[in-house]
Amino acid sequence: MNSMNATAIRTENMSEKVAKPVINEQPENAVITEGTTVGQPFSDDPKFKLRNVEVFYGESPAIKNISLDIGRNEVIAFIGPSGCGKSTFLRCLNRMNDSIDICQVKGSLMLDDQDLYDPKRDVVELRARVGMVFQKPNPFPKSIYDNVAYGPRIHGLANRKSDLDDIVENSLRKAGLWDEVKDRLDASATGMSGGQQQRLCIARAIAVSPEVILMDEPCSALDPIATAKVEELIAEMSESYTIVIVTHSMQQAARVSDRTAYFHLGHLVEVNDTDKVFTAPDHQLTESYITGRFG
Amino acid sequence: MQTANLLPLILVIAVIAYGLAYMRSRTVAGPMGGIRNLKALPFYYAARAALWCAIPALIVLSVWAAFEGKVIQNLVVGSLPTELLPQSAGEASLIMSQINNVAAGKLNPDFVPADVVSAADKLGALKAQSSQFKTVLVVLIAVLGAAFAWSRVQPQINARENVERTLRWIFFACAAVAVLTTVGIVFSVIFETVRFFGKVPITEFLFGTSWSPQTALRADQVGSDGAFGIIPLFTGTLLISAIALLVAVPTGLLSAVYLSEYASKSARSVIKPLLEMLAGVPTVVYGFFAALTVAPFIRDLAEAVGLEASSQSALAAGLVMGIMIIPFVSSLSDDVINAVPRTLRDGSLALGATQSETMKNVIFPAALPGIMGGILLAASRAIGETMIVVMAAGLAANLTANPLDSVTTVTVQIVTLLTGDQEFDSAKTLAAFALGMMLFIMTLALNMIALKVVRKYREQYD
Ligand SMILES: Nc1ncnc2c1ncn2[C@@H]1O[C@H](COP(=O)(O)OP(=O)(O)OP(=O)(O)O)[C@@H](O)[C@H]1O
Ligand SMILES: [Mg+2]
Repeated sequence: MNSMNATAIRTENMSEKVAKPVINEQPENAVITEGTTVGQPFSDDPKFKLRNVEVFYGESPAIKNISLDIGRNEVIAFIGPSGCGKSTFLRCLNRMNDSIDICQVKGSLMLDDQDLYDPKRDVVELRARVGMVFQKPNPFPKSIYDNVAYGPRIHGLANRKSDLDDIVENSLRKAGLWDEVKDRLDASATGMSGGQQQRLCIARAIAVSPEVILMDEPCSALDPIATAKVEELIAEMSESYTIVIVTHSMQQAARVSDRTAYFHLGHLVEVNDTDKVFTAPDHQLTESYITGRFG
Repeated sequence: MQTANLLPLILVIAVIAYGLAYMRSRTVAGPMGGIRNLKALPFYYAARAALWCAIPALIVLSVWAAFEGKVIQNLVVGSLPTELLPQSAGEASLIMSQINNVAAGKLNPDFVPADVVSAADKLGALKAQSSQFKTVLVVLIAVLGAAFAWSRVQPQINARENVERTLRWIFFACAAVAVLTTVGIVFSVIFETVRFFGKVPITEFLFGTSWSPQTALRADQVGSDGAFGIIPLFTGTLLISAIALLVAVPTGLLSAVYLSEYASKSARSVIKPLLEMLAGVPTVVYGFFAALTVAPFIRDLAEAVGLEASSQSALAAGLVMGIMIIPFVSSLSDDVINAVPRTLRDGSLALGATQSETMKNVIFPAALPGIMGGILLAASRAIGETMIVVMAAGLAANLTANPLDSVTTVTVQIVTLLTGDQEFDSAKTLAAFALGMMLFIMTLALNMIALKVVRKYREQYD
């Protein structure tokens, strides 16, 4: 752990790292320098404090020296071309990468000033605090009720059946699904529409009262109406949760997030307030991406 | 020409037809600006030619082969003078075999009536004729079919549909063969079973508690009445199968879980084939392992703790059989567990479930139908297994639930009933069919129960 903290301290001072130009284009602001991020990657009240994060799949690097703060009760959007490492980075935040044998994570990742990758750390407790919603709705092939009750049961959150009923009802209400399903809680979740399934997955995630919710392209399998509902839900949840959302839809990022982070080939190129990113980005590459010149 | 020689000939003609039709379709397509202007690709025209050449020829050939013998025999027998005409089925077969043997040169013509000799000559002549006709007819049909298909290689004809439809029929025919064979077996078993129940009352068979199928050869022999009570056999079968499944299901399932969830790739690639090898060991090897190693060991152990055990025991057979069927459970379960989508696993892990919780709550229910299939397969193997039981559990039809006693099973009794010289319609022989029928009903019932269980507990993902 000492070595990790040492890295963290060393890199607080970014200029110490040797600047390595990766892409050479003419304008000064079109160069990616490994380990530097233009804009405001840091926050006054960070929930996550991530320093010099590197991720490797076997030998090949997927995330190259990224430092970022994610603020408390903030909605931050990750955007960037396909394959740039958004999902990989997101999955570091609740250690879902652990189940991939060849995946290695280096650097210092702190959640409320506790090291995420401390070998002594209890992953079960971490994942109860940092929930996740996936790209494709993945309800368990159980009843709607059992889906939502799954997490609370595992973590022993309810002593009595009535407590569990309350948790289920509250979570479904928060996910805006209660009115649609209250009469068929015993029906199989796989019989719902895609949008309903995704909201069920969100309900399932909030049923264990996490502090952070990670969402990896939560709307990419949904139609516009279902998408609008999920976005509405994100807006409501942003009051009480820290939300990290990966999205390919620029409009979605613009609608739901406070800050936006632009990833490129494993680098974190720019982080800024969402308004700024979509009106006057600091970096040439960000601008190229949001104006649709590549991606 | 012999049927066996005609088959390759048809094949050769079909290949030639294929080649010719292929070339012709290209020639036809040439002036039109390439094969894309044909209704179907050249392959389909060629395949159609080959099919039209081979299928009618094969049908004619098989029909001919099926009826050739009967027709010739009738002609030959019909030509016999009235005093030699057979009066009964037995006589007919006797005289036919005489004729055949004379024709084949195995019987000296001096020992049989002159009419039989001339009938034998006639037989030879008819056979030669038939063979000639057959060859000419089949080759003609093959060539005609091919020629017709060849002439129909025309750009506006859609050969693809013809070929697809024909293939569908061929596949259907193959499936039908399997089904019809099963139906045939079932019916013949039912038929013999009914005959058996004509000799032994069904109630005695189903509810009798003693099994000793030795029937008397002569009426004055002692102990002449056989006893055909099936209950001891059934309890024996159930006892041994239950012991085997008690060994195989937990071991197999847990090793499947280990293989699919915990083992590293390299460990898995070694362990899985090794486990599967267990099913490949010949059962007779398991048999003597059970009889020579396990059974004495169990007897000594039982005696050491003061229990009485016979040197052949249901326990020994069951344990060894259990080892043998582990791979049926483990291999199939491992496959279906692996087939559960990764997203379900991730969903559970992301909620903070541990690996074993995920296994128990999500993966297992989703994989249940496949796991059940594996267990069923193992159970039918256990019920049908004979060799291990003969060697390790014995032949004595004891009605007991004590695993340390020697017992016998349905399959073992079928073997002992049918080995040795038997009168085919004695109660003893027919009993084998009745036992077979019971076995069949038993496995069928097992299948239905399993299906019910799966329906009730399965969690379907899509
Ligand atoms: N399990 C894995 N094994 C090996 N390499 C992987 C694995 N998962 C991702 N990668 C590699 O890591 C890089 C980043 O992938 P990642 O999935 O994080 O991209 P992404 O930004 O989420 O892309 P998308 O927008 O298409 O989802 C890619 O080059 C990918 O090939
Ligand atoms: Mg992704």
